[in-house]
Amino acid sequence: MTAVKEQQDAYFSTFQARERFLSDPSWLGEIRRAAMERFAELGFPTTRQEEWRFTNVAPIARVPFELAQAPKDGAPLAKLRELPMADLGCDRLVFVNGRFSPELTRLGDSSQGVKVCNLSEALAAGTPSIEEHLARHARFDDHAFIALNTAFVQDGAYVEIPRGLVLEKPIYLLHVTAANGRPGVTHPRNLVIAGPESQATIIEGYVALDDGAYFTNAVSEVVVGDNAVTHYCRLQNESEQAFHFGALNVRLGRDANATTYSLGLGAALARQEVAVTLDGEGSECQLNGLYVVSGRQHIDNYTTLDHAQPHTASREFYKGVLDEKSSGVFHGRIIVRPGAQKTDAKQSNKNLLLSDDATINTKPQLEIYADDVKCTHGATIGQIDPEAVFYLRSRAIGKDEARRMLTYAFANDIIGRIKYEPLASRLGDAVFARLGIGPGKQEPQ
Amino acid sequence: MLRIKNLQAKVAGKEILRGIDLSVNVGEVHAIMGPNGSGKSTLAQVLAGRDLYEVTGGEVTYDGQNLLALSPEDRARAGIFMAFQYPVEIPGVSNMYFLRSALNAIRRNRGLEELDAIDFLALAREKMKGLEVEEGLMVRPVNEGFSGGEKKRNEIFQMSILEPRLAILDETDSGLDIDALKIVANGVNALRSPERAIIVVTHYQRLLNYIVPDFVHVLSGGRIVKSGGKELALELEHRGYGWLEDAVAAGQSA
Repeated sequence: MTAVKEQQDAYFSTFQARERFLSDPSWLGEIRRAAMERFAELGFPTTRQEEWRFTNVAPIARVPFELAQAPKDGAPLAKLRELPMADLGCDRLVFVNGRFSPELTRLGDSSQGVKVCNLSEALAAGTPSIEEHLARHARFDDHAFIALNTAFVQDGAYVEIPRGLVLEKPIYLLHVTAANGRPGVTHPRNLVIAGPESQATIIEGYVALDDGAYFTNAVSEVVVGDNAVTHYCRLQNESEQAFHFGALNVRLGRDANATTYSLGLGAALARQEVAVTLDGEGSECQLNGLYVVSGRQHIDNYTTLDHAQPHTASREFYKGVLDEKSSGVFHGRIIVRPGAQKTDAKQSNKNLLLSDDATINTKPQLEIYADDVKCTHGATIGQIDPEAVFYLRSRAIGKDEARRMLTYAFANDIIGRIKYEPLASRLGDAVFARLGIGPGKQEPQ
Repeated sequence: MLRIKNLQAKVAGKEILRGIDLSVNVGEVHAIMGPNGSGKSTLAQVLAGRDLYEVTGGEVTYDGQNLLALSPEDRARAGIFMAFQYPVEIPGVSNMYFLRSALNAIRRNRGLEELDAIDFLALAREKMKGLEVEEGLMVRPVNEGFSGGEKKRNEIFQMSILEPRLAILDETDSGLDIDALKIVANGVNALRSPERAIIVVTHYQRLLNYIVPDFVHVLSGGRIVKSGGKELALELEHRGYGWLEDAVAAGQSA
């Protein structure tokens, strides 16, 4: 505990030392200070708190993470090319160790007409919508990690899609970490504003260039305007030594429609939060999630659907595949505010345990304050069906291949929902790699 | 081709097969009949390699090799096919992908080149004729949401694609209406050849009006209690299984 307190103090001194060199607008300086104070009050969460019962973040709290340094050589350039997840055949904005990398960024094709740049550039240009939205949707008052991120907001993506614009291809926000043997922390902050009646797909990715230990503490705010359609894919494929906290906070306007994908494959310890506020009448969202872990990985999916207005609908489908000694958590919170009549919420979490040592904790949490609503939830935990394995084997398909086919089919239920094919196929390969079963010849179903 | 000697098997500690003797030669069609619980399906499952059943005695040779030592997939690769009484639903795996993987596993084993998606589809289309299998079925997940009749037809469709040397039909006729029954029978009859053998496990004589067997065996209490020609099936139709069971019981007490 003392070590934890020391680390909290260390974050505070780093903050004070750094603050002097920042040239923030005054509103941002105030937010930073408020967030830092809040973090100092809250401290890192413990398993005594209900929302963190199954995830012990002491390993994060204990390590003296310094702000990650920029990698010194040009190694990232070459290494990045070898990563299958690095190039998805669309425009990309790249950050290396929390810093914007103009060399690796490629814009101008699929993002035409969109205001897309790094957040600090947009801040320097005095973009008014940042003040309007930053830290308004991802609240730090009761959340230590979001508070810490907000205090240290460094850089990240800024995307503003004008009213009515329909984007054919996604925009990829790629966050790369090169640990270089130093336990560094980055606090990526992304802000996406989808204008009314716009339509776009955003992919936010976290990948590693080496297998070192580091801590990514990322927060994204996504504002979906009235009648806009937004697909937001968040892919976490960090190094197996890494710690990852990621919050995706989405606010929906009237008749807005959002589909999120939270994909978790990497990290030693990961917590991936998705919180959607259905803040406009008639808004709808679909939350998809897939987590595939092995070894001693731990992954925690914490989702919140806040039905704040009448006639809103949410669908949630999360699936997990857990192998070896890995562990997972699914916590699905659904809030129906007073007056949010005709809310229609459905939640489903299904888990496939590939080993006797893997564990999953799954929990729905419904808080309903309106009386004319439909809310259903269901969770399953199962193993590979031996009847199905025998059926496949009786048709000449080998035992390992049969297990591979059934596992992939389970995961593909979520992968298949991803409309952008280059992401879906690379994600499929990454799932095979995670499970050590090699890329198969599975074709699109 | 298939020699079963004194085969005994149990499931969950309960003895089901108590000494089966049966020889099947290429070109022959054998019908195995018997009341519920007589061990018909157990026999079919043991031949296919289901590990739920523990073989406690006896031996089975297939083309001279010890069948019981082979994994289910190796049996399938060697040309054995069992049509399931209750085909399993496999969500997320398309019928097309499943069947092509199966066929290519068998082709690899025979030293033949694998079929690509286009060649496979052409083959599948040809085999669909006569089985009233719709092409849409190929892209649907294996058996998921299929009606009982569709599942059984899908089994026969798989059989016609995989072209086994020894086909075992485990109560494929149960629950089928007469039209579906005829389709299934046509599929089986199309496969009849001097190079193949077929074992039809059934509870009802009706199927044997359409698939005429060379031999009929009656299973009761885990043993074959009577064997004969196709006329035995008609006798069972008229007299039921009771007289045979009574005769066996009398034989045991004597």
